[in-house]
This record gives sequence, C-alpha cells and structure tokens, in this order.
Amino acid sequence: MSQPVTTTVEVNGFPCRVWTKGNGPKLGFLAGLGGLPRWLPFLDKLAETRTVIAPSLPGYPGATGHTELDSHLDWVLAVRQLIDKAGLAGADLVGASVGGAFAAEMAAIFPAHVGRLVLIAPFGLFDDQEPAADPWAQRRDVLPGLMCADGSKWTALVTPPEGANSVEWPIEMSRASEAAARAFWPLGNTRLEKRLGLIAAPTLVLWGDRDSLLPPSYAQKFAAGIGGGINGATRVETVPEAGHLAYLDQPDAVARAVLTHLG
Amino acid sequence: MKLMWFHLMPYTELPDDFNQKHPSVWVDIHSSLFDPKRAHHMYNDFMDELEYAAELGYDAICVNEHHSNGYGLMPSPNLIASSLARRTTDTALCVMGNSLALYNPPTRVAEEFAMIDCISGGRLIAGFPVGSPMDTCYAYGQNPSLLRERYYEAHDLVKKAWTEKDTFAFSGRYNQQRYVNIWPRPIQNDPHPPIWIPGGGSVETWRWCAEMDYVYCYLSYYGYKAGLATMQGFWNEMEKLGKDRNPYRAGFLQFVGVAESRQQALDLYTEPAEYFYGRCLHVDARFATPPGYTTEATQRAGIESMVAKAANTASYSNKLSLKATNMKDIVDGGYVIIGSPDEVVEQIRHVAKSLNVGHLMLLLQYGNMSKDTTKYNSRLFAEKVMPKVKDLFGEWEDKWWPKPLAKDQRAAVPAFRPQPVAAE
Repeated sequence: MSQPVTTTVEVNGFPCRVWTKGNGPKLGFLAGLGGLPRWLPFLDKLAETRTVIAPSLPGYPGATGHTELDSHLDWVLAVRQLIDKAGLAGADLVGASVGGAFAAEMAAIFPAHVGRLVLIAPFGLFDDQEPAADPWAQRRDVLPGLMCADGSKWTALVTPPEGANSVEWPIEMSRASEAAARAFWPLGNTRLEKRLGLIAAPTLVLWGDRDSLLPPSYAQKFAAGIGGGINGATRVETVPEAGHLAYLDQPDAVARAVLTHLG
Repeated sequence: MKLMWFHLMPYTELPDDFNQKHPSVWVDIHSSLFDPKRAHHMYNDFMDELEYAAELGYDAICVNEHHSNGYGLMPSPNLIASSLARRTTDTALCVMGNSLALYNPPTRVAEEFAMIDCISGGRLIAGFPVGSPMDTCYAYGQNPSLLRERYYEAHDLVKKAWTEKDTFAFSGRYNQQRYVNIWPRPIQNDPHPPIWIPGGGSVETWRWCAEMDYVYCYLSYYGYKAGLATMQGFWNEMEKLGKDRNPYRAGFLQFVGVAESRQQALDLYTEPAEYFYGRCLHVDARFATPPGYTTEATQRAGIESMVAKAANTASYSNKLSLKATNMKDIVDGGYVIIGSPDEVVEQIRHVAKSLNVGHLMLLLQYGNMSKDTTKYNSRLFAEKVMPKVKDLFGEWEDKWWPKPLAKDQRAAVPAFRPQPVAAE
C-alpha cells in the first residue's frame, strides 16, 4: 500500500491536511469518527480508478481549528472552504459517519458543489423511538465493538504506528473525538432532516447491517428525507458483516458499492 | 485556620446490592431507588445537621451542586443556602458552588448569589466550579468541548453584573444580553463576594486563581495523602508566579471521624465510610472522560511529565480507579482521618501544615451516617479538636473571607418556633 501525497490547506487560518492518491475523476472522502490517522485499504480500492482526495475536517488527524467553530453554521462553512480548497468543488463526494453528515449538508446547501453523493451511516438525525448509542460515553473495552463489527479494525485504526510520537499520537486521537463531539454533542442531531429535501445529487445511502451506533433503520429515514427529488429515487444498500465504520470492516464491498453508484 | 462544615447530602438508603445491580450512582441511577417520602426526612435531617454545625461554632457551613447523583441531593445548593441564611446568624455560607456554564443566562447565578448575600447579611462565599463531567456533560448535556469557554465567559459576565453600576450590554461568544442590570446587588461589594474555585489539579486553573486572586479548593474524596502532590504542585506554581504562601489561598476537603477512642471511632464510622466509598463512588467509568473536558495542555502534561502525575491523579478516570472500599484501606490511605480527639488533632495539624491549607472543609457526615452520629462527630470535633487547631496560621490574614454587615446593622431573625401538634 503506497502512501498518498500530502498537502495542506488553511481553513480559518488553521492547517488541514489533504491526502491525494490515484488517477481518474476526482472523488472526495470525508471520514467518520476517528478520522484518518492512517491511509486505508478502502481508499486504495477507490484510487484504482479515481483520484481520491481526502481532506481532514478541523480537529481530525492532520488538522486543527475545531476550537474556532462554535455553531453548526461555523462548521458547515468550514467544510465548504475545505472542499473548495482541496479542489473538490463539483466533484463526487463520499462521506461517512460524522463526515457523512457534512457531505449531506454540502449537497443540500451548496448543490453545485457536489456531483454524485454517497452517505455511509451518516450522523445528523436522531429518533426517540430508536435512539442512537452514545459514542462519547463508552468504556474503553466496549468502544471498538461499537465502531466496527470487527472491533480489531477500529483498534488497528487508532493504534500508533511504529515511530509515532508517543505524546502527540494519543492527543491527536482524543482531539478527533473532541472535534466530533464539538459538532455533534450530545445526540448527533443537527436537524439535518430539515435540509435533506434540498439534496439534488443522485444519492446512495450505505449502511452496515451490524451498525450498533446508528440503527441501520436510519437509512430509510435518510432516503425518505432526500426523496425522489430531481434525479430519481435515492438508493439504500446494506453492507453485510459491517458495523458503523463499514469502510473499515468491509473495504472491498463498500468500495464496490461506491464505485458502482458513481459510475 | 478556618474549619468549615461541608455536607454532600448523600441519599442514605441505597440498597446493599446496589453495586451489583446498578452500573452507576451518577447520571443514570434508577429512579426506583429514590423514595421522596424518605428524602423528606433526609433533607430535613441534613439541614438540621448544617444548622447544628453553625451552632457549634464552625466558621462556615458548605453546600454544593450535583445532578442525577445518588450521593449529592442538591441540584440547587442555593435553595438550601437561602434556608440556612434564615436559620443561622454568624456562620459564613459557602456555596461550593454554582457550575456557571449550566445557567442560562449566567446572570441567574449573579442574582441568586446576591439574594443569598442580602438575606444573610453578607455571609456568602461564592464558589464557581466548572463542574464534573457527570454533572455538566452528561446529566446536563453540555458540550464538553465548549464547557470551559462557556464557564470563563459566564464568570466574566457574573462578575461584571456584580460590579458594574450601570445597565450594560454583554456581547459574548455564547451569551448575548442587551440589558444586564441585576437586582438585588450583593452586600459584599468591595468589590464582590469572595470567589472560590474548586478544581482538579490543572496548572491552568492554578494560574487563573493566582491571576484573579481567588481561593483554589481541591475537593478530593481521597484525603490528604493523595492530595499532597496536587497541593505541592499548586504551591510550586504560586511560587513561580511570585505569590506568597498565604495558606488562605487554598481550601481542602477532608473526611473525619472522631470518637472517645480509635476503636470506638472505627466502630462508629466504618459503616458510613464503606457505604460512601463503596456505593456512593460507584460511578460508571463511561461517564468519566467526555472528549474535550480535559484540555490538551493538561493531557499533554499528564502524558509527558512527572509534575502532572499530580494533575493526573485529579482526572476523573484516575479518581475512579484509585478507590479503596474497605475501612482499613480507607483509613490507611488517609481518605478518612479516624481517632480519639488527640489523635485527630495531631493528624489535622499535620494535614494543614503539610498541605499548607488554611481553609479546611470537613466532611463529618458521609454515606449513611445517622443524624445522631453526625451530631456526635461534629460536637466532639468542635469541642475537643477545634480549640487545638484554630491557632494555626494565625500569622496570616484571610483576605478571602466574607465581610458581613456589623451585628447592629443586621435584621433580627425571630427564632423558629415549631407549632405544637393539634392533638396535644
């Protein structure tokens, strides 16, 4: 697995890392909880036929600046800047988990900035009848199993690689968690349902069938919210044997579904 | 030195199998365990005990704020303090305190504290804690990443509301108010009631207290042995900042059980102490570390250096992992000071001197301790221990103590007369 090219853009005066790899039409990826502390097999799969561009949201690994963002509007405008500065305006966009909520916001509020859209178990909704679990109130031994169907996939994501700074690595991991909490505390509910109907991009909603953080039934709520719209029905697909971060559990299957939808 | 009587107001009837059947005493403790008819008696007992402590001559009586908590029945300490203001005359009222970021708008705190200060004739100590993760982020749903910023801004607003003479507009990052002009105003207006900050062991809090000239209070349940490193860190930081070692810059919480002999003390206080350290501190670890609650500077210090071993012991996750739950370990660890009056005198003098703490907050009621035992403990301490430790730190001035109205300026509060029961 070769490494991506690293560049840095500034959002509100703070550096945000952008990883780029592959050939072909551009494809943006906004990662889920934990961000991208390392490059992933899932992204390599996409990079076989697309130029994958993965900007780090403020506060996620490789980026800071989350502490400047006080409101949801601040966050949305920061993500818009990030998309533009990473050269992704108008490109296809894939967002997962917390990144999925922002990908949906981009497509709803700035429809010209998003080509085709894939949402993988996105945050943004909350249903009292089927409450999502709380990612920020978990014991250490329980968390991996909440993030992935195979908890060792999460552990592998966040374990320091050889030679990593033993002080800064754990701080970077907890910063990513803080950034997610800052934007989505306490329920993950950004009232996204009010804006889903504005999404015009052809959309695929992907959900791991073993997501124990956000109930897979939320997929239908997203599809219903986005509606048939201008470009025909939103599609929902379930990923077998996958948890919340389905792209860690089943990188090949998720990449295949994404590429099929993007065409 | 000042000897202050602190009540946590624990629910005293958690079942014996509480720890086995329930994951946490805090945040999601089950409502079926709460019997309001029993709580009626608990509240009244607790308030009797606080009033009794005032009669015994403690320098202050102290209350604090917790939410969804089986060992702290005071979501609003201000309610208790206002009642105490009417039933006591000279004792300072230490509200330790109001978690500023939980009040919307925070001027509510400025108002209620001003009310207590007026009712009591200027006896208020205003405590401003950030608040624990369980209280603030979980029970009250506050965003951990915004909590401290909101806290500091609320502090600025409350202080300005107390001191600014004219109506003003406050345009903050989190609070926007066109007309800030609180009525009533505190009696202690030179410049405002003393502000005390209960905190963990973070260097940032120490520096802030020094800069603002506030009292720093380390309210650990784990006693003077575990608190030594933190207080040494505090005093080292004061020295670096060029501040004197006035022991009244600091407050410290200590559990005590005094009786005629050490054996009698063990007989009396083992059950309530084990109830407290067993059941009351049975907190689910998942509520200990909301992301962003601990600043990156404190995290970095915690990982990097020995200094922060001290700071680190103050983190909630470490607090939870420290605990001993049987009396021998509780006493050996210094969580509870136990003994005959002379033995307790010796230990209190050691605590005060080794930690250099002028404001000692005493927990003489803990766990399921009965009212009778609490009164016994409090009386024996007041009669046999207090006179032998009061002389400490006489050379220092306590610049952080309330300045009430002179006695001849104060309202005469009629004595409370219980109504005779009709049948009699």
